[in-house]
Amino acid sequence: MTAGGTTLASALAGEAALVAGALAVLAFDLTGARNWAAGARWRAATTLGGVAVLVALTLVWRVGAAGPAAGGSFMLDALGTASRAGILVLAGLTLALTNGARRLRHPAEFVALVLLATTGLLVMAVAQQLLLAFLALELASLSLYVLAGFDRTRPESAEAGLKYFLLGGLSAAFLLFGFSLLYGLTGSIEFTGIAAGLAQPGLSPLLAVALVMILAAFGFKVAAAPFHLWAPDVYEGAPPVAAALVASASKLAGFTLLVRLLWPGLGAVAAGSGLPGWLPVVALISAASLLLGNFGALAQSNLRRLLAYSAIAHAGALLLGVMAAGAAGPGPLFYYAATYGLATVGAFGVVTVLDQAGVGPGITDLAGLHRRSPLLAGCLLVFVLSLAGIPPLAGFVGKFLVFAAALRLGGLHSPAGVLAFAAIFLSAVALYYYLGVLKAALVTATTPDQETRITVPVPAAVTLVAAALLLLLLGLWPSALLGLFS
Amino acid sequence: MNALPCTIYVSFAGALLALLAGSRSATLARVVALATAVTALVMTLVAAVHFVPAAGLQTLVDRPWVDSLGVRYHLAVDGISLTLLVLTGIAATAGVLFSWNIGERTGEFFALFLALIGGVYGVFLSADAFVFFVFYEIAIVPKYFLVARWGSTNREYGAMKLVLYSFAGSALVLAGLLWAYAAGGGKSFAVSDLAAAAVHFSRLQQLGMFGLVFLGFAVLAGMFPFHTWAPTGHVAAPTAASMLLAGVVMKLGAYGCLRVALPLFPVGFAYWQPVIGWLAVAGIVYAGVIALVQDDFKFVIGYSSVSHMGFVLLGLAAANVRSVSGAVLQMFSHGIIAGLLFAVVGRMVYERTHTRKLADLRKMALYRRLPFAAGVFVVAGLASMGLPGFSGFPAEFAILIGTWKTSPLWAAIAALGVLVAAAFTLRVIQVSFFGTVTATTEGPELPPLPPITLAERAGALLLIATTTLIGLKPDLLLDWIVPSLQSPMFQSVLKGGGS
Repeated sequence: MTAGGTTLASALAGEAALVAGALAVLAFDLTGARNWAAGARWRAATTLGGVAVLVALTLVWRVGAAGPAAGGSFMLDALGTASRAGILVLAGLTLALTNGARRLRHPAEFVALVLLATTGLLVMAVAQQLLLAFLALELASLSLYVLAGFDRTRPESAEAGLKYFLLGGLSAAFLLFGFSLLYGLTGSIEFTGIAAGLAQPGLSPLLAVALVMILAAFGFKVAAAPFHLWAPDVYEGAPPVAAALVASASKLAGFTLLVRLLWPGLGAVAAGSGLPGWLPVVALISAASLLLGNFGALAQSNLRRLLAYSAIAHAGALLLGVMAAGAAGPGPLFYYAATYGLATVGAFGVVTVLDQAGVGPGITDLAGLHRRSPLLAGCLLVFVLSLAGIPPLAGFVGKFLVFAAALRLGGLHSPAGVLAFAAIFLSAVALYYYLGVLKAALVTATTPDQETRITVPVPAAVTLVAAALLLLLLGLWPSALLGLFS
Repeated sequence: MNALPCTIYVSFAGALLALLAGSRSATLARVVALATAVTALVMTLVAAVHFVPAAGLQTLVDRPWVDSLGVRYHLAVDGISLTLLVLTGIAATAGVLFSWNIGERTGEFFALFLALIGGVYGVFLSADAFVFFVFYEIAIVPKYFLVARWGSTNREYGAMKLVLYSFAGSALVLAGLLWAYAAGGGKSFAVSDLAAAAVHFSRLQQLGMFGLVFLGFAVLAGMFPFHTWAPTGHVAAPTAASMLLAGVVMKLGAYGCLRVALPLFPVGFAYWQPVIGWLAVAGIVYAGVIALVQDDFKFVIGYSSVSHMGFVLLGLAAANVRSVSGAVLQMFSHGIIAGLLFAVVGRMVYERTHTRKLADLRKMALYRRLPFAAGVFVVAGLASMGLPGFSGFPAEFAILIGTWKTSPLWAAIAALGVLVAAAFTLRVIQVSFFGTVTATTEGPELPPLPPITLAERAGALLLIATTTLIGLKPDLLLDWIVPSLQSPMFQSVLKGGGS
């Protein structure tokens, strides 16, 4: 093997482990586990998948921040390592939750798709080149489309899959269009080359078209308004485990790629020199997401749709982190995205167990949860309070870091500062709907049909408690994550 | 001295233990809660005995926390915070005693109660604005569940209103603090560093930042016209929570104004001072008049709290050493007296008569059927009116004298508020306990009410002893408070005025 091949192999060892894991899961299910009962097949598939994720995590960690790899196609830096590790942890939690979910058919296919999606997300986190970024995004997206429609017993799931696929296909077209314009304008598909090209004077106004196309596509990917329309339906209809992956790991990867593309790549045209830059566009999307997410969530009566609107609101705050990343580095953005992902996986984990126990989908169906399963109620409390940004949970520190970074850009005279203020005040609105969920789960008295206890499968219980503890620990010692960037 | 940070940890650990104990036995949870509250109280008292009054904060813990923000886990104490720590210890202990009868989800109740206490201790000990804010927000969420789950009358509405007001207030504080942090170069959240940076801010920035931070804290302190959450919330809350919310948690707001808003932004304060003073005066009189016409026993106490907190804000607005030391004394005094009043109304009377309507209580001849409650309420009422011999007197007196030096008009109107307080207190004493003295001596004998329990007696005596002690010897606290106000941090805002 050539020297280039060796570095490439070591750089992508984690991804290779996941693909191998996916194939192994499929092969084992077709051979060894062929005649097993459904439960055993699920356990076998998730265990194999979990091992693959752990191996990938070790490999990714060992590669570390080695610098650009494979001729500049990849960037193995602190952000890449942290983000890949974060994606793997979130994917691992998702897989572990599968054991608490309602049994679907085809366990091996489900797990293999989760692994393939994760592979795509990992490549997204280190891609430093347009073509590779697009391929990774598509690998992840196509797997997620199928996962969203995986539950063939429920028409909502098919609807979610189709909607996600159609809108996702449209956004991919936008992205490709934007990328090809960018290539045409700068003559390079590598972020460094693009940055060099954009630093030249006399840019074409077509750049504005390219920027809008790219931002619209990413707006879709991270569920930012006004490209959010798929989110509530997918979160509601998809199997909750698939929704957890869409809401957490996929978001972390999307923001990592976005911040890489915007700052090192398009940083020269952030504010626009004569031409309109992308900062105002991102600010607009962020403002729209904050407003629509928070006020939209007020009207929801379905827990999953509420989580979707809360995701839109959080996307708005994360975009603030993107705007601030040029000055403050990617640390605050990563911390926010990773801990948000953790809280969301946890919340969807609770939804998963409830779904398997036949509870839901309304918020009022949570009534009496504190009696039916104190464990679920306690975990839900932690996840929702972290989403609401209440200390000492990690969600608070994330909010604080991002808002502080945004305000440092230029105080109240910059759009980011104004948006940070708006986001702070909207968090009071957010607390209202989050408390509504907690009220149902922890305060409201039970009716007779809500008296039966909910049994939580052990793997799911362990996963939920682990996620809750992680949120608490990361909130108390934020430097554990932030230290990766210093 | 060094045991003080442990009050925080002990409270949180006690919360966890109470939760675990509650799943086994309610009594065990109560004992755990009482042991926790008493341990923390003893810690504050031991620290108080060894406390040497001095200008400025005495550091207890100082270590890096969030390096990328320049946040340090910095806990420190001075005479002002020590006064409020002792108050927290006493109010927490009394609160546990007065909620001894909570029988439903006892463990969870005490867990939330102790978590709230832990947050309060943390706020009073913080010397770093980030740490301060963290503890301040930790203290918000337990309030919701305490009121919404164990409260009465319109509890879910009252709880949501209370928490959203508090949280909106804290959002204002966060906005103001982050703005100051960013404008100061984003190096440190230490209150002293922020204050040093704030000297260079433009006048407009100071006005804006002070406005945000002060208003945010003042919402929690119950400043008119942002006080409406307080009566509804405190009426809906279960007794121990009312005691703690009105007695201690409202003080967090006033303490934030004094500890953070004033020293950080003296220029902003100078601009807003007249507005704050007038709002405080308006709150004193308005809430007093409203209390005069309530027909619900607990609402009278709820509004009286707003009126008395108006004195605290007035003391701060007058901004001289005497008025501010009076304000701190009033925070302590009101914490004790409001606790006592809510205990009588919520625990001793309501849970036995199941009504708080003054019209109903009037017919019940409670002075004969609950003589202990009547006695306690008379004492608490006299203390609340500001009679000499109780802690309210030196506090309100110092505030009025201090305010006179700044604005005789404010002092005059506030003195009118003292008269209104006497009026509504006497009215409620008369109506609720001595309503039909003549009629019932002739009428049929009313069924006996459940006797006052030992826990209630202990709690009431603890609070009465405290208010009397401070009433007779206010220097116990003033000797801590006044030297603290000599620190350079406060000297930038406070004008002389002697002590």
